[in-house]
Amino acid sequence: MTASIQAKPPEAAALAAAPTVSERQWPDQVYEVLKAAGISHMSYVPDAGHTTLIRLFSEDPEVVTNVLTTEEEGIAIAAGSWLGGKRSVVLMQSSGVGNCINMLSLPVQARFPLLVLVTMRGEWAEFNPWQVPMGQATEASLKAIGLRVLRAETGPDLVETVAQAALMAFDADQQIAVLIGQRLLGKKKW
Amino acid sequence: MNLPTMDRRVAVKKLLDARDGALVVTGLGSPSYDVHAAGDRNDNYYLWGAMGGAALIGLGLAQAQPDKRVMVITGDGEQLMAFGSLATISVARPKNLDLIVLDNQHFGETGMQSSHTGKGIGFDKVAAACGFSKTAELRTLEEVDMLCGELRRPADGPRLFVLKITAENLPRSLPPRDAVEVKNRFRAHLGFATC
Repeated sequence: MTASIQAKPPEAAALAAAPTVSERQWPDQVYEVLKAAGISHMSYVPDAGHTTLIRLFSEDPEVVTNVLTTEEEGIAIAAGSWLGGKRSVVLMQSSGVGNCINMLSLPVQARFPLLVLVTMRGEWAEFNPWQVPMGQATEASLKAIGLRVLRAETGPDLVETVAQAALMAFDADQQIAVLIGQRLLGKKKW
Repeated sequence: MNLPTMDRRVAVKKLLDARDGALVVTGLGSPSYDVHAAGDRNDNYYLWGAMGGAALIGLGLAQAQPDKRVMVITGDGEQLMAFGSLATISVARPKNLDLIVLDNQHFGETGMQSSHTGKGIGFDKVAAACGFSKTAELRTLEEVDMLCGELRRPADGPRLFVLKITAENLPRSLPPRDAVEVKNRFRAHLGFATC
């Protein structure tokens, strides 16, 4: 799926409140907790909500990054990375979750650690109706194929959630998606 | 005009006999059986599903193990499901990843329906257009012997070779279906903890 449309209509902009300092800083803090968890490999299909994380990882000489043509590629790449001893994270938008479903049978069946960060669309102050069906189906689809699904709606909660999700993924062999609520993203200035 | 094709098991055995420490990932179906038939090993990672995943597992593995060669052995149907992967792999530009497409121009597991590769789609040409460092289509076992020498030489980027194989369903040689066990023994081969 494609990256988010950048421009927001006036209705969505009016809903956006001034972000607090901690909410503004969540991408930097998520990057720090992922680094602390030993992540040295990242794959992504861009989303506006992931912009800062993508930039930080891409600028990090200790991290191998891959831009994907479709999200399920990242699921397979992450499995290969774990086979070779590296911890990987996959970044995508909720629309991309639908592309991943059959490929997720790989980490689920082989019990590969998997950590996916999903920026949500179609659930809060959404102006594009085409984002709503997959946005509404994201959590149910992930659970149906066997992933553990966590959600965060505030910056501080997201940082804490990602930190413990990374621990569960790589120390407890779990397959985890962290959904980053559009309510949180909507407060960011895209 | 019928162009020559080769025996898939013999071709794969030649590649594996010359693997020289390469880590091997196999696409679901007959490529997994071909590799298993040449001898089950801990440094083989067989897929039984996740169609379209083989080349990309190979990419992640090659990036995590830059000092080892990685050879992906898959079929035309499996690679067709990962058409975009050739763009992703080319952009990632690993120098230690070789894709071998066993191309019988059919979906052999599901009743031998004809695939795109018999209708003008050549993966060697697609990979070349994407920017792979070396690509070729091979039709004889003699060419495979030469490829075994080629694979030992350093590469500037990913390479892809299409082996035109005979369309036939050979007796199955089934790799272990316990995906966790295959994963753990592969990691143990590289000296990693299993959990």
